[in-house]
Parts: sequence; C-alpha cells; structure tokens
Amino acid sequence: MKVLVPVKRVVDYNVKVRVKSDQTGVDIANVKMSMNPFDEIAVEEATRLKEKGAVAEVVAVSCGVAQCQETLRTAMAIGADRGVLVQTDAELQPLAVAKLLKALVDKEQPQLVILGKQAIDDDANQTGQMLAALLDWPQATFASKVELADGKATVTREVDGGLETLTLKLPAIITTDLRLNEPRYVTLPNIMKAKKKPLDTVTPEELGVDPAPRLKTLKVSEPPARKAGIKVADVAALVDKLKNEAKVV
Amino acid sequence: MTTLVIAEHDNAQLKGATLNAVAAAAKIGGDVHVLVAGANARAVADQAAQAAGVAKVLLADAPQLADGLAENVAAQVLAVASGYSHILFPATASGKNVAPRVAAKLDVAQISDIIGVESADTFQRPIYAGNAIATVQSADPVKVITVRTTGFDAVAAQGGSAAVEDVAAVADSGLSSFVGREVAKSDRPELAGARVVVSGGRGLGSAENFKILDPLADKLGAALGASRAAVDAGYAPNDWQVGQTGKIVAPQLYVAVGISGAIQHLAGMKDSKVIVAINKDAEAPIFGVADYGLVGDLFQVVPELTSAL
Repeated sequence: MKVLVPVKRVVDYNVKVRVKSDQTGVDIANVKMSMNPFDEIAVEEATRLKEKGAVAEVVAVSCGVAQCQETLRTAMAIGADRGVLVQTDAELQPLAVAKLLKALVDKEQPQLVILGKQAIDDDANQTGQMLAALLDWPQATFASKVELADGKATVTREVDGGLETLTLKLPAIITTDLRLNEPRYVTLPNIMKAKKKPLDTVTPEELGVDPAPRLKTLKVSEPPARKAGIKVADVAALVDKLKNEAKVV
Repeated sequence: MTTLVIAEHDNAQLKGATLNAVAAAAKIGGDVHVLVAGANARAVADQAAQAAGVAKVLLADAPQLADGLAENVAAQVLAVASGYSHILFPATASGKNVAPRVAAKLDVAQISDIIGVESADTFQRPIYAGNAIATVQSADPVKVITVRTTGFDAVAAQGGSAAVEDVAAVADSGLSSFVGREVAKSDRPELAGARVVVSGGRGLGSAENFKILDPLADKLGAALGASRAAVDAGYAPNDWQVGQTGKIVAPQLYVAVGISGAIQHLAGMKDSKVIVAINKDAEAPIFGVADYGLVGDLFQVVPELTSAL
C-alpha cells in the first residue's frame, strides 16, 4: 500500500513573528523556516507503518515555492521514499491545497493520506478534512494512535473531554495530533541519502487546478498588547492584589 | 440572510459552545437557525429552542448521527444547507472536524476560529499562534465559519421560544464507524468555560506532584489545565492541554504554576482577564504576560496560597 504525506514549509515554531508596519502581513523575510511540526509527525507515522511492513511506499508532497524542496528533503531524510513538489509562487489557501492534493491522489492512487492536523502559520485546521470531502473518503482527524489491518484503519482520536476510536474503510484520510508519535532526529547519513531520492516537480496548471485564493486578507494587525504586570514579593501581597485590586477571588 | 448554527451536544445536553456560536451569528445579523444532528436528541433541540435569539431549530434524529461521525454530520448539514448565507460551527474538536468537510463540498473557503465580526463578509481571526490578527473578507456565496468560543459572550440559555422542526436524517455513509469513547471523568468545571483556571507545567515534576494543584483549584472553584510539556511528560491528561494546539481559554483568572510560557502556551490563555504566574525562574517569558508574578518555589507558594485564600 502507498501512503501520501503532505508537508508544509512554515516559519519555525520557535520564531516569534512580527507584523509588518504596513499591516500587509507578517514579516517572514530572513526568518528561519522548517517543516510544520504536525507534518513531521505525519512523516514519522508513515515511516513507522512502512517499517512494520504495513506500507510499501511513502510519498511526500509539498505545495508552494521552490524552497519547499528543502522540506521535502527533510521528509525523505526521515523516511519518505520520494517527493513531489507542486511549485507555485501564488498564495495557497487550504481549499486550493486540498484540490492540488486531490489531483495528486487521483494520479498516485494511495490508500492512505496522512496530514498534520494544522499548520502553525495559518492555524486553519482544514486541509485534511477538505481533501477527504473532495475524495469522498472517510476521515479521522486529531489521531493519537493508528492501526492498519484488513483494509481498515482503526484510529484513536483526541476529542474534547477524552479519546474516541473509529474504524475507517480504506482509502482514508488521517490527520495527526501531537501525541501520535515522537519524530526521529534526522541523521547526517540519512540527509545524504535523501539527496539521492527522486523529487518530481509539477505545476498547478499541469494538475488542472486553479489555486486562486478565495479569502482576501484586508489587513494583519498586532494583537492588543497586555499592560505590563507587576511582580509581588510574597503570597500575602498576591492575595491582597487578587482580592482588592483585581477583585477576582 | 439567514445563519445556520450547528449545535454541539452529547445527545442529552446542549454544550455551552453553541451559545457562543449563536452570539457570533447574532452579530452577523439576520435570522439564526440551529441544527441539532443526533440520536434521541429531542431534549437538546428543546434546549436550543430556548436560547436567546434563535428563530428556529432543525432536529435530525437518527442512530447514524449518534456519535458525530464527520461523514454523516457533514452530509446532514449539506442536506439542509440551501438557503443559508452563513453556516457556523463552534471551534471545538467536533466543529473543526466537520466544518471544512462541509465547505469543500460547497466549494467555498472555510474561515477558522473567528474572534470578531466586522460585517457579513468580513471577519477577524488569529494566525501564527495568536501573534497576529488577520482581517479576512470572503467573496464566497456561503460563508462556512468556525467560531472561537472565547471570542464571543454566550447568549442567554433561557428566554427564547423557537419552534422545533423535524428534518429527514441522511443515510449512513458506511465509510466509518464508531468503536468507543474514553471520557476523562471530572467533577471540576469544564476547562473551556471555567471562570478560573489553574494550570501546571513541567515545573511540577511528576503526576504525583500535580496533585498539589487540587486543593488550590478546589478553593477557587477552578478547572485544571496543563502546558504541553506537562501533558507530554504524562503529568496530566491531554484534554487538559491549554495552547495553540489544545484548548483556548479566556477565564477571569488564570493561574500558571511552573509554566515557562512558550509562544504555543500563551496562544491558549493570553486573553484571560487576570493572569497570575508562579515560577522560580524570574526570567521566564510567562512573567511578560502576567498581571501578577511571584518568583518562588511552587512547592512552598502553592500550599501557602491555598491556605491564604
């Protein structure tokens, strides 16, 4: 069975982004970029399924600018067998990415697509569900455990108030939550090997998809700043402040 | 212009998040209808009918809707969707699961986690873990939206008198099936809606030590939360996680104990009215957002604070 793993190049999760002064967006020039953390978990899960023998091939996919090749190489260093870049400089929103991925799924015919539950830049949490809808496949979002057997996936999901378990008929879509696994560190030999793995490039036009954004961003602004707080000396002072100044207890 | 709000419920009780979504719908303007999709869920529909500002409740009642499977619920929403200009879901685990599926089927963008309504087509939403607020405009004929519940004050649960209308339930998709659910039992208030939240981080050191927060939470009538570090280390269950990828809370009082204050954690709690931080590291970023900070050993401070309250 073949697994497709979409990965996104995003601003590194440790970077505190700044809003541009003209309010057109956040400043990502010269900022460290990395693979979206949830996507790393997705690549790791696909690789583990392959190591268990449940999966034959893992294909990593990324949509975006030419530099997304680096993200694909990282996926291949973790364990993906090959990469596909849908190259475009256009702004891509989740619906457009879902359509690009659908076109690739039609071409590659995987039995499973594993995505991250959300990207830490747009925080949308949509692409996996949208892809499932476009393909009419079942979905299991926010997965913390995945088992494949007999043409079915049994997935434990993190939901409000606890966990729930579903079985999905394959082919299916799974999106990863943080606790699904701990991605391995990529080693230097694996980085070198990844450079030799195949990486194909296609364009949205070749896939017959119009990636035009549907939502227009009118402006991006700073969140309201909190006024500076104070440090109190001891518990008595804290209780006094909470009772008499903030009046919350 | 009519808005459809998808109710969040457990087939017996309407969840508070629905009332926040109704509040967002009221800001958009026009009539507000609520869809209750469930099994033996008439009591939920009756509760929704009493919510202030709700004009009509649609009830789809069938066994295949019992467990909120995305395939069936999305199909149910699509079956009643014609005529609505806006379809709103609370941005809960179930809302986030279903809304994009509905949007893709309608071939429209979905707008996630709105915290403000500027007009019927323009909304505000946080991006980059809440470090920026984007104002976005949708040109799509139908707006499919998830509503960040802490962004809108809930409408009154009583006072409305909407009619409940039965609608035909869609057939089971057969694509997925429900196996089971493990619900974490708790006598404390629900984290997302609590007035006071006491949260612990890696500084607690162990699941055993985490219990030091219980008496404090009891005294404050607080829900317990945790940072990702504490959850990953196994000190606390994962549905306690507050942050970008966990729950977003905005209580009157948030007490962060032994939490350094990573960007991802702050994204989940920085809209709290009053933030108190207790940490032994005076340089911890949490002090940058705390109204009141106390530098000290939490194992001394927390019991002292509990007895002083």
